[in-house]
Amino acid sequence: MRNVVSAAVAIVVITAVFGFGYPLLMTGFAQLAFSSQANGSLITEDGKVVGSKLAAQGFTSAKYFHERPSATSPAYNAGATTFANLGPTNQQLAKNVQAAARAILKLEGPYNPGLTIHDIPVDAVTTSASGIDPEISLAYAQLQSARVAAVRRLPLATVKQLISKYTIGRSWGFFGEPGVNVLELNLALDKESSS
Amino acid sequence: MNGQGISQIVVYALALIALGYPLGMWMARIFTVPRVAGRFLDSIERGFYRVVRTDPKREQDWKGYGLTVLVFSVLFWCVLYAIQRLQGHLFLNPDHMKGVPSHLSLNTAASFITNTNWQFYGGEYTMSYLTQMAGLAVQNFVSAAVGIAVLAAVIRGIARRSSSTIGNFWVDLYRTLVYLLLPLCLVVATLLIWQGVPQTLHGHATATTLQGATQTIARGPVASQIAMKQLGTNGGGFYNSNSGVPFENPTGLSNFIEMLAILLIPAAEVFMFGRMVFARRHALAVLAAMFVVFLIGVGVNLPAEQHGSAVLRNSGVNITQSSQQSGGNMADKEIRFGQAATTNWTVATSDASNGSVNGGFDAMTPAGGAVPLVNLFLGEVIFGGVGSGLYGMFFYIVIAVFVAGLMVGRTPEWLGKKIEAREIKYAALGALFCPTMVLTLAALSIATKAGMASIFNSGVHGFTETLYAYDSQSNNNGSAFAGFGLTNFSADFGTVAMLVGRFVPMFAALALGGALAKKKIVPASAGTFRTDGPTFVVLLVGVIALTAGLMIFPALTLGPIVEGLMH
Repeated sequence: MRNVVSAAVAIVVITAVFGFGYPLLMTGFAQLAFSSQANGSLITEDGKVVGSKLAAQGFTSAKYFHERPSATSPAYNAGATTFANLGPTNQQLAKNVQAAARAILKLEGPYNPGLTIHDIPVDAVTTSASGIDPEISLAYAQLQSARVAAVRRLPLATVKQLISKYTIGRSWGFFGEPGVNVLELNLALDKESSS
Repeated sequence: MNGQGISQIVVYALALIALGYPLGMWMARIFTVPRVAGRFLDSIERGFYRVVRTDPKREQDWKGYGLTVLVFSVLFWCVLYAIQRLQGHLFLNPDHMKGVPSHLSLNTAASFITNTNWQFYGGEYTMSYLTQMAGLAVQNFVSAAVGIAVLAAVIRGIARRSSSTIGNFWVDLYRTLVYLLLPLCLVVATLLIWQGVPQTLHGHATATTLQGATQTIARGPVASQIAMKQLGTNGGGFYNSNSGVPFENPTGLSNFIEMLAILLIPAAEVFMFGRMVFARRHALAVLAAMFVVFLIGVGVNLPAEQHGSAVLRNSGVNITQSSQQSGGNMADKEIRFGQAATTNWTVATSDASNGSVNGGFDAMTPAGGAVPLVNLFLGEVIFGGVGSGLYGMFFYIVIAVFVAGLMVGRTPEWLGKKIEAREIKYAALGALFCPTMVLTLAALSIATKAGMASIFNSGVHGFTETLYAYDSQSNNNGSAFAGFGLTNFSADFGTVAMLVGRFVPMFAALALGGALAKKKIVPASAGTFRTDGPTFVVLLVGVIALTAGLMIFPALTLGPIVEGLMH
């Protein structure tokens, strides 16, 4: 009984300190010191929120770079992330990969003469862990550059320049892997086209 | 070979030792000295003891200590259940989440008090901010602190002679929470916010995409929770895809920090152990054994994943690693981590009882996916969960010195204490209980229609999913081959697995500590088996492989091995 009373008091104290004190302190600090990151790294254009630097948004138009496939429902749902969870021997995985590859060949083929399935990087046909991976591999960005340049009537060199500008390298040049942030790249392209 | 990726893993291992050592010394201090900090902090500490009505100088024996832990945990279980059921009527619920169904609430409450963090739900669309912050995240602190407190008590038992008590639970709990976990959390949470993890009380954001669609972006008090879920080997994510989600883990650096946080305290505990029992070389041997198994995991998972699954290889797409792409099996993995950082995380999280993931296990190759499965089954003693990992390792150490004693024909000794029938029984119970329960529950689940309803992928892979689910819950890991669905059957079976899997080994460890505390020290002689050289490292790894490894082998042949052969 003595234990029960002690435990009940401890639960109240601990919940107050670690359930409210600590997160509220961190929230206050974050809002002051890192307000952009703390609110979801949102990107604003003309006062309107157009997305987050950290979330794919499902580009389909030919003038944009496209992201990796997504297993969320609906696709690229930043409110309900999920893996695809298709095992390595699951036939559905084989079907999805083939379908994604066919779609890419059809879309990019006309702009890349001689394009075959062997030129498609693996990240272009596989779902990401979150379903909202904001990045694509450098290889997939290069593959899409010819189409985007042609549709937008921009010099290929300009598009490639923007790709390298929005390539996020390894942290401190060492940790993780490089990738291209698709939303930032597409925003820059829109600006380039309208100027 | 992936040279850059391997050097990332090497730097990780070195950083773990460099940070673990000083932290271990600090932990040894907070569990042994009468006053940790200056007058101000000390008066707050004494205030806590007054409100929970304990005399910090009065210690408990192992039964009293265990009973306090149990009462505290069960009461918290009830509170957590109530918060989930009532969240729809409570405050801090900007996205209007409804009350959580009862079977799921029971499972989730059990999951968080046992440091498992198995999740049959997606956090961002099930739990209110109140539940996440004041319910689940509090347990991230508390369940971790309970594990560490019990470990400290068991180590005291090993270090003491002719003593009937092993410590005061409230003192150990308070000191772990305030002098260890809170300062570390403040540092890690700050670093994560800087890297881009949200920390806000605003509800989800709404964006109008460049193509004119409306996008909902889930956010919340994420960073404060993620920092603790990693440090306390909890693993329960704010988001469904856990640390694969950019909002939980936005960069290569955040990934490195979170991976360090996963194994930091478990590694530090080994140094703390060495300090508290005055056997630095023995602790180093234990650490070496842990690193051996860690490296085996990396050595199997990384090449398998880089080689890619048969489906991807046969499809004809380019999976070759180059400066342009990480390549390999990218299914359910993120670009910014690629293969090496995902392997590193996968091995770390399954060696510890963390259970967070930065890529999907379900989509891994058969050999790659077998690594976390086997790691869990070893009882998570390779670094292991905070507290529970090292006290789990003690079971294997006792068995190892017993085996060595049989070979040389002497009464086995460990750190000057004679190991007799009673200690062996506790160690065997602690080491074998969870593997036995995993196999039993997985078999029952496979044999019943209600159990089969949870399976997502058909055939052999479905068996692996089931085995992994009970492996993960019984061993309080919480990671998942996520293709394992919620039913009332799986929720309730899981609840039992987590509770029993947490408290039976914990009590076995406390009993072991209590029994050792009573013993006298026998001076080492020429015939004493040395527990600090390479021979001991080999013996310890061998004992772990033989006891737990062989138990899972038949089940492995039915799952990943058949699947590998089917390729």
